[in-house]
Amino acid sequence: MTLHTFHPGGIHIPDFKLSASAPIVDLAPVASLVLPLGQSIGSPSRAVVAVGQDVAAGQIIAEPSSRISAALHSPVFGVVKSVGSVDGPWGYPEQAVVISVGDAQPEQGGLADMEGDMPGQIRACARPYIEKVRDAGLVGMGGATFPTHVKLDVPPGKVDTLVINAVECEPYLTCDHALMLSAPAAIVYGVRLAMAIVGASKAVIGIEDNKPDAIKALSVHSGDCDDVEVIALRSRYPQGGEKQLIHATLRREVPVGGLPSDVGVVVMNVATIYALYEALVLGQPLTRRIVTVTGPEVPRPANYRVPLGYPVRELLRLSGVELGAGDKVVFGGPMMGRAVTNVDVPVTKGLSGILVLPASVAGRASVDPCVRCAKCVEVCPMGLEPYLISTLSRLGQVDEAVGDGGMMSCIECGSCSYVCPSSRPLLDYIRYGKGVVRSRKKR
Amino acid sequence: MNSILISVIILGSVGALAALALYAVSRRFAVSEDPRIVEVEDILPGANCGACGFNGCHDFAVKCVDRGGVDGMNCPGAGSDGMKRIAAVFGAESVDVVRNVAVLRCAGICESRHAAAIYHGPLSCAIVSAVSSGTESCAYGCLGCGDCIGACRFGAIKLNSDTRLPEIDENLCTGCGVCVGNCPRKLLQLRPYGPKGRRVWVSCSSLASGAVARRNCSAACVGCGKCARTCPFGAIVVEHNLAVIDAAKCRLCRKCVAVCPTGAIHTANFPVISPSSQSDSSHTASLL
Repeated sequence: MTLHTFHPGGIHIPDFKLSASAPIVDLAPVASLVLPLGQSIGSPSRAVVAVGQDVAAGQIIAEPSSRISAALHSPVFGVVKSVGSVDGPWGYPEQAVVISVGDAQPEQGGLADMEGDMPGQIRACARPYIEKVRDAGLVGMGGATFPTHVKLDVPPGKVDTLVINAVECEPYLTCDHALMLSAPAAIVYGVRLAMAIVGASKAVIGIEDNKPDAIKALSVHSGDCDDVEVIALRSRYPQGGEKQLIHATLRREVPVGGLPSDVGVVVMNVATIYALYEALVLGQPLTRRIVTVTGPEVPRPANYRVPLGYPVRELLRLSGVELGAGDKVVFGGPMMGRAVTNVDVPVTKGLSGILVLPASVAGRASVDPCVRCAKCVEVCPMGLEPYLISTLSRLGQVDEAVGDGGMMSCIECGSCSYVCPSSRPLLDYIRYGKGVVRSRKKR
Repeated sequence: MNSILISVIILGSVGALAALALYAVSRRFAVSEDPRIVEVEDILPGANCGACGFNGCHDFAVKCVDRGGVDGMNCPGAGSDGMKRIAAVFGAESVDVVRNVAVLRCAGICESRHAAAIYHGPLSCAIVSAVSSGTESCAYGCLGCGDCIGACRFGAIKLNSDTRLPEIDENLCTGCGVCVGNCPRKLLQLRPYGPKGRRVWVSCSSLASGAVARRNCSAACVGCGKCARTCPFGAIVVEHNLAVIDAAKCRLCRKCVAVCPTGAIHTANFPVISPSSQSDSSHTASLL
């Protein structure tokens, strides 16, 4: 049987899932936790606690400051140590709440799968559920950190299918894979809850064929309900892109500049679905997440379940990483992740993985002239001409790059830069051009 | 012989007819342009920098003629002299134009900052600043990739190979301000050229708290406020951990320069008083 995947473009990358067989390790909070206020796309949350104030586990410490913003909760019992500026992962200062962890902590259960029978048809009145999701501070946990309550708030009747992104197409990352093996029943239940909220009659869970055990685990639990279907997809990057995944699973095409809801779809990450289950069934706000620590020379690649605010340096230490000069630490996967300049930062809601690349492979090859091989055009999943957009953007002709080249459709997957035989920094210039366009719009 | 004569007559008459037609058409469709537009354009620098607020030099000239004078118009590129000559085209006397020059509000040379990261991507300040705070320890300082140098239409900015910081040639700088908008860190600022070119400014843009700013760069303004307390004219305000000198109030006494603990206050074109003095004949020398 041939497996489905998306068209056009895409690349096959060796997946390097070093921590695929590693179980999830639950970690207790350290002495103090740093919780940055800007953990979602949109405006940063507004702190609602004062220095010296006692906070309980799960207590709200920052509330959404606008429509597209998310709440933030304390993962622990403790005292607010400070509210102010800390150094962020990219060297820029950011606002954060720092909590000293109290001595007496309640028993923190591990990752819990659902027990008992799958409930029958779920009938939900969406509005109170969406409010609960907002109060639980849920954001998209695949890395984009879009507030979940905004995504779930779709006009009635507009959405017929819910697509669950469980492809984890980035090399190295295994946090979603580990989650699917640990809590398959809870995920299927979460999917059905999300379906009820958005009013979808059907859900598909897309998983790449390099995770056969996850496909099996979810299929077993979705078997009873014919409204949830697990679809095995042929591994291909960037299958986790929203538009690519919709095409791969449903053969529907999202129009240029449109949203998935224009073709009756809402896409959610599998880790977000689990957080939704925790929020709606267990009544727990989003205060913990699974983080993969991995890399070609990392002694102990692992999947950790940590409270938000947990120090990244401590995770690196637990995996036996000793950073040397020139080593590169990437937040996220190797394709779309972002290299950091400061590792004395906390785990946030959107941090799916910490990838450590040794100095020997971290650099870039020397840039050569374009040889017009058109490989970038071939692999572009959005059907663009990266060589052209990149050059126009580099020369400051962003209007042509947008008008003739469709630059704003670029999803920044990096496939073009990956395949370029001349190692041209195609994506860097495209990102630059998109930044210019965005700053103009602001003006 | 006959054939030569015939061809000369035919070609000649075709030429004469075409000349007549061209003459008639040019008279019929002639666009009358005020000769003063060309006169004004000749005085303008022709860089089309946009600093005047119009779409290039021609547009500026047209607007001058439309208004029948230079009231409210200013071409920083042409400077005070140029504006006087343009005013003369319209029979006006003189115009007072404040001459501005760009100054760099960062003095973070390699010795004062320390390396924070290695960067392999394209050398562009805009790209570097979007990726991270840059290769140096300070998140507010100069990135040194020269976006301002590429933006300057007058060749007034050059990279100093010793300091790795851009250097502004005050003789070439017209104060058009294009560089100001091209610096992603907003480090360049237009300041009045000053009497005899003398000016005083804080060469730092760090908004970090004093301890952090000092840790990241030994040349940073730490916001201690000594300068503000010393200034007899109330020209200095410390806001968000950074001292800012109001050029309109500054009387160039340089008392602030002497008290600044980090040497963050720079001066230009003052005579050298003593070898130990902070002030120097040019701001570039005080960077070194």
